[in-house]
Amino acid sequence: MIKVKINGQEQSWDGDPDLPLLWFLRDEAGLTGTKYGCGQALCGACTVIVDKQAVRACITSVNDVAGREITTIEGLHPNGDHPVQKAWRQVNVPQCGFCQAGQIMQAAALLMDNPKPSHDQIREAMAGNICRCGCYQRIENAVHLASTGV
Amino acid sequence: MNFIDNPRKLRGFEKNIKVEKVSRRSILKGLGVTGGFVLAAPVMTRQALAYETGAGKMPHGVVVDPRVFVSVAPDGIVTIVGHRSEMGTGVRTSLPLIVAEEMEADWSRVKVQQAHGDEVKFGNQDTDGSRSTRHYLIPMRQIGASARTMLEQAAAKRWGVPATEVKAVNHEVVHSTSGRKLGFGELATDAAKESVPAIEGLKLKDPKDFRYLGKGQVSIVDLHDITTGKAHYGADVRLPGMKYAVIARPPVTGGKLVSFDPDAALKVPGVEKVMKVQGWPWPSKFQPLGGVAVIARNTGAAIKGRDALKLTWDDGANGKYDSVAYRKELEEASRKPGLVVRKEGDADTALKGADKVIVGEYYIPHLAHVSMEPPVAVADVKGDKAEIWAPVQSPGGTREDVAKTLGIPEGNVTVNVTLLGGGFGRKSKCDFALEAALLSKELGAPVKVQWTREDDIRNGFLHTVSAERIEAGLDKSGKVIAWRHRSVAPSIASTFAAGTVHQAPFEIGMGLADMPFEIANISCENPEAAAHTRIGWFRSVSNIPRAFAVQSMVGEIAQATGRDQKDMLLELIGSPRIVKPNVKDLWNYGEPQDSYPIDTARLRKVVELVAEKGEWGRQVPKGHGLGIAVHRSFVSYIATIIEVAVDDKGKLTVPRVDTAIDCGTYVNPERIASQIEGAAIMGLSLAKYGEISFKDGKVQQKNFDDFQVVRMDDSPVVTNVYIVPPGPDTPPSGVGEPGVPPFAPALINAIFAATGKRIRSLPIGKQLEA
Repeated sequence: MIKVKINGQEQSWDGDPDLPLLWFLRDEAGLTGTKYGCGQALCGACTVIVDKQAVRACITSVNDVAGREITTIEGLHPNGDHPVQKAWRQVNVPQCGFCQAGQIMQAAALLMDNPKPSHDQIREAMAGNICRCGCYQRIENAVHLASTGV
Repeated sequence: MNFIDNPRKLRGFEKNIKVEKVSRRSILKGLGVTGGFVLAAPVMTRQALAYETGAGKMPHGVVVDPRVFVSVAPDGIVTIVGHRSEMGTGVRTSLPLIVAEEMEADWSRVKVQQAHGDEVKFGNQDTDGSRSTRHYLIPMRQIGASARTMLEQAAAKRWGVPATEVKAVNHEVVHSTSGRKLGFGELATDAAKESVPAIEGLKLKDPKDFRYLGKGQVSIVDLHDITTGKAHYGADVRLPGMKYAVIARPPVTGGKLVSFDPDAALKVPGVEKVMKVQGWPWPSKFQPLGGVAVIARNTGAAIKGRDALKLTWDDGANGKYDSVAYRKELEEASRKPGLVVRKEGDADTALKGADKVIVGEYYIPHLAHVSMEPPVAVADVKGDKAEIWAPVQSPGGTREDVAKTLGIPEGNVTVNVTLLGGGFGRKSKCDFALEAALLSKELGAPVKVQWTREDDIRNGFLHTVSAERIEAGLDKSGKVIAWRHRSVAPSIASTFAAGTVHQAPFEIGMGLADMPFEIANISCENPEAAAHTRIGWFRSVSNIPRAFAVQSMVGEIAQATGRDQKDMLLELIGSPRIVKPNVKDLWNYGEPQDSYPIDTARLRKVVELVAEKGEWGRQVPKGHGLGIAVHRSFVSYIATIIEVAVDDKGKLTVPRVDTAIDCGTYVNPERIASQIEGAAIMGLSLAKYGEISFKDGKVQQKNFDDFQVVRMDDSPVVTNVYIVPPGPDTPPSGVGEPGVPPFAPALINAIFAATGKRIRSLPIGKQLEA
């Protein structure tokens, strides 16, 4: 039995310990905000925060996060008013929106680590998150806005 | 009491709709289906409207009926049905916004309800071809005006005053002389009893009174849900007892399963079952490819189980498809005469007599859509009834195809449309929903079929591969007097009909036969090309290779004659005029030529606007260069200027993009900007990295590591968008797709300006490395 804490709640799993965290979150725990985009840590759609670090849930097993604290998009802020989320809405970032949970989690992790990232630091830190609709200019603007106060 | 409390409860309600005109189903859904007669309301009479669109000729036409699209609850909440699919263009917001505008509803008290797939009820739902705003601006205004009129009539009756004395203003109806007011909610019950006014008599708002249309102040309705993880995509559907499936499909198009060994897969924890999936012989339209499904308690287990399958395939006739050899075939075909699709003057003779002939041979490989949400669908089939939840661009077509595939009446199929995590044309094909339906029927349980990214890249409906050859003949003064363009590419029609070797009319009309230059001798030709994989619509379709070739050639002519690119471009476009190519039934994106002609004044204008705003001719640092391109597609006009920087090692970056678009009358300029910004990313992706190649019949790429797309660190630093203000009666035109085609040639022209290297084959890849 593996125990993990997701968005402050204890959850347990007695199935395959190698099950990717992504599928545990989505299919077993019903937290579908975290998305599948590639399964190989190439696109960042599945980004969650594990103990203050951005992690790709698609290549992280449930066993890897045993006893750890996981934050998903659903748990980032109780009302959805994390500065990154607010900035995202102010800049009208999303088009289709599918990659945005991963983008937001990555941005939130970046700002925990570096509260005032530069233009180049934002572009570098966010480069692991693909947006096929092409919202990059707005993502960059939103991260900047979140870092300067929304 | 509402106009309709719940549209889904009221099937058959459509029989009460007043039918104004019988519209022939003249365009077949997809390509292979024969249509019957369907009933549809006209867009509007000619007298009342400045333009006509092709909306009425789409399958099931247009339905203009407020009872179908609008309901008002006693608490004042107005619910407006969005009947098109939301894949990122903002259409789920913009069409209901048009209704709200016209009915004087307060947007903060409007809820949007997604329509299920039912084209008899809602009219055509195919969300593709950049058509939604251009086909529905007027019908949605009419629906809003009808609802407003019914509310006004109800208020006038309540007060016993003439209807001319009342007016709906911001969610209430006001009596002008007494100042009395009634909220929409208070009028809901009475308004529902009013008869629906005739379309011809409707009074539309004066555009100067618009609160929302053309303003860009309204955010998309799903914005909050998207930022909090609550937005509901196809992949997010969960039903009690639902099983999770992934499918191993034939690696070669047209291949068949010979045998499989499920034993190892069945030992994977969480795997419950391994079963065959029915496939159809190629070409098979949108029918599934077949294969072997692994059914599990979660997707992770299903994927692991699939990895453990032992499979033997018969690759069939396409087992030798090889992109290197195929490219040679296409290029050789482009050097010989082909089917002439447009002829003006005598290009052969003019080319022979020309002072100088410039030849450009251009190549663009297959591309995959790679929407961030790979194809996925949930089906629950019980007896002769089926319910589908899926991110589909064609809910009506999906309903039709599910019914046919399962052999049940269409009325027994419900297609619930989720948000689409990107579409780009891939989700116009409902094969993934059909797979889910077949599996659910056999399992007797709800099932979700999830495509992995590898499936998406290897088993998709790819963008075509093409060789484009242009010969331009110049006289002594440098004027272009002859133009021969040969376009060789497997057609989308090959996915529907065996033996297809020519481009379909709609492909010929995308940048080949509709070429707008003022040249005396023109020959557009289409030599034969047979397909060896599934070809499908990809955002902006054949306009990608055609604009790449034509606009690169403009750069090449400028280069050969020492002219400025922009001046050369304007000279070739020539005088402001309506171009009428000598082509029988030239395909014009399904639109009448009267409303949507090829207008070179508008083409020139976007070039001039982008040149001014984008500071064409500005000094740029060493290693930088500017390039320009223009293209009309989806009846919109778009010009792009790109600044590139290429360093000593050949690393390409894009400091700035400027794009001007003339899309006629528009609804939400803020979303137009986002579409054009996104088109720049997609254009840069395909130019820099985009290539799907085949060897031994199999796709050689698998995921985002070998089919790369642009990431934030190599995206354009700044993208500026300029929208041409429309004239009073300019019909709306496409926005979702037209931003893509001019990007690659503008980039290539910029690279030439920066480096002196002319790239004729995409992707750029390592061509700039010394």
